[in-house]
Amino acid sequence: MPHYWIPNSVKEVKQEMLKEIGVDDIEEFFKDIPEQLRLKKELRVGFGKPLLEHEVRRKFLEMLSKNKFTGFTDAHRVFLGGGVCVHYIPSVVKAIVSRAEFYTAYTPYQPEINQGILQAFFEYQSLMAELYGVDIVNASMYNVSTAAAEAVRMALRVKRGRKRILVASSAHPEIKEVIRTWVKGLNVRLEEIPYGREDGELDVSALRTKLSDDVAAVYVESPNFFGVIERKLRDIIEVTHDVGALAIVNANPLSLGVFKGPGELGADIVVGDAQPLGVGLNYGGPSAGILGIQDRRELLRQLPGRLVGMTKTVDGSENGFMLILQTREQHIRRERATSNITTNSGLEAIAAAVYVSLLGAKGLRRLGEALLGRTTYFLETLRKRDVEAVPLFEKGLYFREVTISFKGRDARDVISQLEKHGIHVGPPLSKFYDVMHDCSLLCLTELHSKDDIDELVSKLALVLGGEAG
Amino acid sequence: MKYRQARWDEPLIFELASNQDRETFQLGDDYFARLGKETLTEVAQDIVRKEGPNIPNLSEPEVVRHYTRLTQMSYGIDVGVVPLGSCTMKYNPKICEDLANDDRITYAHPYMNEEHLQGLLEMLYTLQEWLAELTGMDVCSLHPPAGAAGELAGVLIIREYLQDKGYTHKDEILVPESAHGTNPASAAMAGFKVVHIPADERGNTDLNALKAAVSDRTAGIMLTNPSTLGLFEEKITEVSDLIHSKGGLLYYDGANLNGILGIARPGDMGFDIVHLNLHKTFAAPHGGGGPGAGAICVKKELADYLPKPLVRREGSMYYLDYNVRKSIGRITWFYGNIVPAIKSFIYLMMLGPEIREVAEVAVLNTNYFMKKIKELPGIDLIYGRERWRKHEVVISFENLHRETGVSAEDVAKALLDRGIHAPTIYFPLTVPEAHMVEFTESESKRTIDEVINAYKDIVRQAYEDPGKLKGAPRNTSVGRLDVLRANHPRTLAPTYKYVRKRNING
Repeated sequence: MPHYWIPNSVKEVKQEMLKEIGVDDIEEFFKDIPEQLRLKKELRVGFGKPLLEHEVRRKFLEMLSKNKFTGFTDAHRVFLGGGVCVHYIPSVVKAIVSRAEFYTAYTPYQPEINQGILQAFFEYQSLMAELYGVDIVNASMYNVSTAAAEAVRMALRVKRGRKRILVASSAHPEIKEVIRTWVKGLNVRLEEIPYGREDGELDVSALRTKLSDDVAAVYVESPNFFGVIERKLRDIIEVTHDVGALAIVNANPLSLGVFKGPGELGADIVVGDAQPLGVGLNYGGPSAGILGIQDRRELLRQLPGRLVGMTKTVDGSENGFMLILQTREQHIRRERATSNITTNSGLEAIAAAVYVSLLGAKGLRRLGEALLGRTTYFLETLRKRDVEAVPLFEKGLYFREVTISFKGRDARDVISQLEKHGIHVGPPLSKFYDVMHDCSLLCLTELHSKDDIDELVSKLALVLGGEAG
Repeated sequence: MKYRQARWDEPLIFELASNQDRETFQLGDDYFARLGKETLTEVAQDIVRKEGPNIPNLSEPEVVRHYTRLTQMSYGIDVGVVPLGSCTMKYNPKICEDLANDDRITYAHPYMNEEHLQGLLEMLYTLQEWLAELTGMDVCSLHPPAGAAGELAGVLIIREYLQDKGYTHKDEILVPESAHGTNPASAAMAGFKVVHIPADERGNTDLNALKAAVSDRTAGIMLTNPSTLGLFEEKITEVSDLIHSKGGLLYYDGANLNGILGIARPGDMGFDIVHLNLHKTFAAPHGGGGPGAGAICVKKELADYLPKPLVRREGSMYYLDYNVRKSIGRITWFYGNIVPAIKSFIYLMMLGPEIREVAEVAVLNTNYFMKKIKELPGIDLIYGRERWRKHEVVISFENLHRETGVSAEDVAKALLDRGIHAPTIYFPLTVPEAHMVEFTESESKRTIDEVINAYKDIVRQAYEDPGKLKGAPRNTSVGRLDVLRANHPRTLAPTYKYVRKRNING
């Protein structure tokens, strides 16, 4: 059937082309497919027949309107955390990533005709390197969970022969699961390092006792899954280096407007997720995984993923950009490649670059301060109004996300009560752990005004007891 | 065709900075910023940023102009033809972009109660069903964020399934020599030993070599069908029987599905596991490298091994099922890349049951091009010279190179000068001086004729004045780039930090 997306689907064009080939029927091209494998029936795909664009729009919007969640107009009532949170997507970011020269491009294998997108990737790599305090950042992984898994695999190659990986127990449970899945087949042991009961931070003395010269790497997050900033990050990295292991640190890029980049504190490999940098939530994906390293040969040789570098034209007259060190990659190195990654998250990386360029150092610092200010305000307000909810880690320094204990009340119950008031909180920690049934995560971002936070506290007070305000 | 690409001498974003900082885009409000600042004073100063980061403070119009100029020096499918073989660069319908960018999706949190997101989940569930129908498999999951991630999931399923059966001695995965590099890389990631199988003269997997390689240790085979040579595996049923008879599994790499979409299904050919690249066959855009979306589909016996969670339905409610009994675990956090998946859902809604038209026209385009191009001097097809192609064709410039010194790369750069993106070059590795060409169904006869004429013109020039082609490209934003300089340890510059360091050191 002719279709307006398919220029040569018109009968006359087909016949003309077939004639020039010297064939009567298109079927001729499929004769080498064994007869019994050729489909005779029509497939049950779509809604019975091809739809026209306006019909598709109607059908799609009808389906989407079954969502009770109304999108941006609901976002300021969404306090859900768990690694990703509602963040504003500036119109500038949307405008740039909607440019078809970017979004309909392939990986720039022909650099001379794709200098623009290569420069954008180079700027992404450079901006992230400044933020995370490292020398090199690759052109992106799928998201932070796979960046972390690739970082661990990379560390195992750099420290060949070492068979243990230490993971902070306070790391995101799904990231831990991803790491576990990605090292299947490598015959290594993952062990967890506990956190302090009062501050929620990694227990450095426990780490010290677990460390020995068979440990390839230590993986730690700041802020960690509980929203707690690791204030002793420098010590953690130092003791890790004492046994010759690599320190892998996952940091939230928005925290780095106010806190030092983990690379500056000595981390060998840094990872992060570009989700808060104008990428959107997208129900969890796509996002972009940030993966960076220090300028050391052994690390660079094992770095997975694409890398863009600056060079000159052959005649030396102009600067230009191209994909570099491709001999690490699967299309050349095959089973000896550093990873199988091919498709990455290029467009989200560009979104992140535009976002960071738009805010600048000034805007990032202010946003970092304002996010920190929100957790401070929220916890103070809870206390002032005697709400029966307290931070799980009394002495923790929270950034963006807070772990709240409802003092014995089942968190699932509290969450569904709040939902009835149109407020979304969670996830409950019982989703991930068999203990802490009375705890939940909660996230506060620039989309939550003072009034929104006051409203949240009032509803918490209503559900849990306390001054409704 | 005459072509002149934009040539902005656009500085790096860092070099746009001036002494007078601009007011930058603000998301931080005074009240909370002040509170945050106070909190910071109580924090151990060791971890608090004192200065920087070294990111310029620019105004909004400056940022917009910078990146807009960069888009003008980029080339995507909306600009012109991108015949990269095995990449399936088809038109990305605007309706898909328009609808999928709805903020009810963009702002949807992955841990939101499913009850609030029924419309979205219904779409994902429906897409899973359609993909199962298209591949002839029983269950599909949208969990993998890309094709390679789907491959990793697939080989891990093979691994765990065989281990559960007690076949721990099965540690070899067979891969044809012409396979995508991701196949051997994925197999190795899951801890398998890779055994390469050559192709025969017709471009099929060499059955004799396969028989010799198959043993008790065979865990499975990874195949793309049609192959990267654009040829259908004629003896696929024999291959399938042979592998299954040794207790191995068949893995289908869906990168080349466009050539048989609606015509034949991997499930019917005996494949046990299939991955799909939604950003190839199902029209989600490539984004300059990503994001993509992979789906993984399996036969019933393997359904319990799929990565979790899966979107399922109970009555009229859609939900995420974490109880996948023997799941290999998580390939990624959350549920995969759902935005490209939604675009593919819209694409399939539009085409519906008439999807076969896609493959028919894609294959017609390939063979039309092949017929014309093989008449040119200096060009050869190497494998299966008398056979029809499916989604793509690989041509070799080995003779041209020998006779004129003009390489496949020179020809590629000369195409750029004519406003045509070059095909995949030097792949598969088994074909010398290769161009791997795929037009998909999106290119018109007129465009394909333009590409054929460009090749004609370039080949003529190669025999008349080969030196001139070495100077290509001239009409792109920059001339040919220095690969050695780009990769040499002394001149390597993967970030601005290196550029600055080198400038200081002269």
